[in-house]
Amino acid sequence: MRRSITLAAAVGMTMALAACGGETPEADTTAEPAAGATSAPAGDGGTLTIWTDETRQEAVEAAATAFEEETGATVATVLKNFEDIRADFLAQVPTGEGPDITVGAHDWLGEMTANGVVAPIELGDKASEFETVAIEAFTQDGQVYGLPYAVENIGLIRNTALAAEAPATWDDAVAAGQAAGTKYPLLIQVSEEGDPYTMYPLQTSFGAPVFVQNEDGSYSPELALGGEPGNAFAQWLAEQGQAGTLDTAITYDIAVEAFANGESPFIIGGPWMIASFEGLDLAVDPIPSAGGEPAQPFAGVQGFYVNAKSENALLANDFLVNFMSTEEAQLALYEAGDRPPALVAAADTASSDPVTAGFREVGTDAVPMPSIPEMGAVWNFWGVTEAAIVSGSQEPVAAWEKMVSDIQGALDAA
Amino acid sequence: MSARTEVERRTEAGRPTPPVSRSSHARTFSRGFAAKVVLMALVNALGVYVILAAWAAESYGVLAAMVALVVAADYVYFSRRTLPLKYLLPGLAFLLVYQVFVVAYTGYVALTNYGDGHNSTKEDAVEALLIQNERRVEGSAAYPLVVLDDGGELAFAIADDGEVRVGRAETPLETAEEAVVSDGVITEVPGYEVLPRQAVLERQAEVTALRVPVSDDPADGSIRTQDARNGYVFVSTLAYDEAADTMTDTLTGTVYTPNDEGMFEAPDGTTLPVGWKVFVGLENFATAFGDARYSGPFLQVLLWTLAFAVLSVVTTFLLGLFLAMVFNDERVRGRKIYRTLLILPYAFPGFLAALLWSGLLNRRFGFINSVLLGGAEIPWLTDPWLAKLSVLGVNLWLGFPYMFLICTGALQSIPKDVLEAAKIDGASRFRTWRSVVLPLLMVSTAPLLISSFAFNFNNFNLIYMLTGGGPRMADASVPIGHTDILISMVYSISGLDGTADKNYGLASALSIVIFLIVATISVISFRRTRSLEEIN
Repeated sequence: MRRSITLAAAVGMTMALAACGGETPEADTTAEPAAGATSAPAGDGGTLTIWTDETRQEAVEAAATAFEEETGATVATVLKNFEDIRADFLAQVPTGEGPDITVGAHDWLGEMTANGVVAPIELGDKASEFETVAIEAFTQDGQVYGLPYAVENIGLIRNTALAAEAPATWDDAVAAGQAAGTKYPLLIQVSEEGDPYTMYPLQTSFGAPVFVQNEDGSYSPELALGGEPGNAFAQWLAEQGQAGTLDTAITYDIAVEAFANGESPFIIGGPWMIASFEGLDLAVDPIPSAGGEPAQPFAGVQGFYVNAKSENALLANDFLVNFMSTEEAQLALYEAGDRPPALVAAADTASSDPVTAGFREVGTDAVPMPSIPEMGAVWNFWGVTEAAIVSGSQEPVAAWEKMVSDIQGALDAA
Repeated sequence: MSARTEVERRTEAGRPTPPVSRSSHARTFSRGFAAKVVLMALVNALGVYVILAAWAAESYGVLAAMVALVVAADYVYFSRRTLPLKYLLPGLAFLLVYQVFVVAYTGYVALTNYGDGHNSTKEDAVEALLIQNERRVEGSAAYPLVVLDDGGELAFAIADDGEVRVGRAETPLETAEEAVVSDGVITEVPGYEVLPRQAVLERQAEVTALRVPVSDDPADGSIRTQDARNGYVFVSTLAYDEAADTMTDTLTGTVYTPNDEGMFEAPDGTTLPVGWKVFVGLENFATAFGDARYSGPFLQVLLWTLAFAVLSVVTTFLLGLFLAMVFNDERVRGRKIYRTLLILPYAFPGFLAALLWSGLLNRRFGFINSVLLGGAEIPWLTDPWLAKLSVLGVNLWLGFPYMFLICTGALQSIPKDVLEAAKIDGASRFRTWRSVVLPLLMVSTAPLLISSFAFNFNNFNLIYMLTGGGPRMADASVPIGHTDILISMVYSISGLDGTADKNYGLASALSIVIFLIVATISVISFRRTRSLEEIN
């Protein structure tokens, strides 16, 4: 008995200390190096470690095969939950752990550069082969920090069996929805905590973007969501809440299921929803304007970041710039994730699918989601205020103005 | 040696104890000793592995601690003088690793500004600033590039408008007349060896670090490459002066010096974006209490946390006790089945149950409202008071089986003769229960109630999964909700939930405050429970 306690203690202790010693990434290595690794020349070209999530893993590995054949390097993909990547990358890079490359979203950029964990990459002439918004999104202070591979934005998804034409304005959409005689005139996820991302195009249609945008497309940390336009949007939210067209009980799951069951002709959502709507005849249209100005959704760009402390920087840059920016690789990622590719040539090919073409068309009006660190302080107040106004628990203009001052307070305190 | 002679003397004196059991494994080569050697060899092997791993990771604190632990383990288990320690060492080691280290580290972080923008060391910050501020000269061309080697020293050759130009770290680019270019790729440069891809990859760090000046004038920039295929002209807009420990903006001439907050600061107060971790003393504690945005809601949250912890313990205990007494009565039939069924909520993972309940309590689509209450839209989770009630209700559902278990155990351990004595003394059933059963029950359950209080005080899972702290307090200027308890408040205001800038320093300071509150309440309660023991 005594010995078993000793042993257990020693093992436990060792493991705990080993964990402190930074051995944890090995435990995360749920995926073996790509199958192609064995056929590549023996690994004297070094090993490139890439963090990816489940949907993208196969596509990354497919691109890696060609790379492995040419360079003799081994590409090891490590499977991670997409939600965990950001925090783990920030925590592990300073300790010298972490991958050479990680998949990520462009709006992490502010945090990534403020913590100095990502290195700029030089795309050279290749930059012009990408969608402008994709490069802009990964640009900060004149430097490009990631290789984009997909641009995503929301649009108005229409069930053509229930509504034959695209509505021009919000009121048209509601009227068309009511005429269709379905349970909901149109569906938009609001949820109890609010969903400012999905509501954003409606907000911009009142002329109230979240931050002031500079001429080159970058954002200045100056709030723009208040004032007259913001208050008008708040007022509109309260009216829609009373009319029942916006409802905090509608969450993502509920909205998607209701649309799939044909309970509404319209849903505002992104390409990630499409897989749930099998069997429906769909069209994607611009989001109808509620406040008169164009309804501009956020564009989210997905891409790959290079670790600032990577020992394989050359290999990592080579892989991204020369292998992941090919039409083939970008299309493979499109197949895996359904989001329109960031490379123009690949996007053109993918646009043979009318739904993808529709989202891409809507995306021409989209603005990149702000990636400045200040954005972090906004989300916290934004959604709940919208939800409180929609549910009628707070007076719209007062609540909106308090939200603006609270966000300003958080920005000033940081 | 005196110990040995002592043993010998005793056995010689004819003590009844057989000598075998008196002697240590360390001195007799029995099977027990062999087993011990094997086990200690394993312990040492693991220890050495960790030491080597720590050495490789340059974690010298871990290394020192591990060396000390391995040496201590070997000494304790091979020495004859350390019998008590043989039993204490495993526990002590656990205490050190899991308690002392964690508490000390939390305390250390609470005194730093560790968080977003101050994520690492100063060296890392300097390096990050330098790479962020080295940029391609606008409009400059992309040059096809090869890496050359001259007796160990690296050089770049670029193809520039049909001619090949070669340069090294110290020698600016100059035209190499007799270089061979085929299909736009430089294949031969006299005096140099063109490195094949494999060789380049073996020297990645050198290649990416190499800067070849374009001309003698540093302002023209230098050629560098990120993929060893293309070279670009880069200029650095920041320069680090190691001796003076300052950053200089080469375009404007502004000099940035390190400030107390772990950032490079210019005389006009502007700072460079990447900072590093520094010691800030009690600043985080001052923020936790001094920031007007926190202090108001903090009191509200503290009161609700106390109410939540106390009410959770009281309600679960009363229900558990009631059921335990009912099912302890021999007249109840099928007690085993009932008892098994009652344990079910306890067998569920708590976070999963909370998540299920949050679905069940949904205002419109939840089972409770839509089926049981016939479509009544009762805002169980979105009205401040109903949300608090729901939290307590779900915690009652989750927690009463535990109380039921310990009360059943305690009831069954009460000696029958005490109850019989009470009966003989003529006490009524209620009197027996109040004066005999309950006090005896409290003696064994009170410490568990206190630990249950401490657990619920930090019951993050339940709050996070059920309400997420919501509904949000409309009058607070920080993201805090009506059902937030202290620990979930820490999680959101320190940005750990990902919705604001992360501030590990503030989070650690706040968790120390919470620890102090829980510890104080627990110590007082434990003192009080001592009076219960006098009943025995």
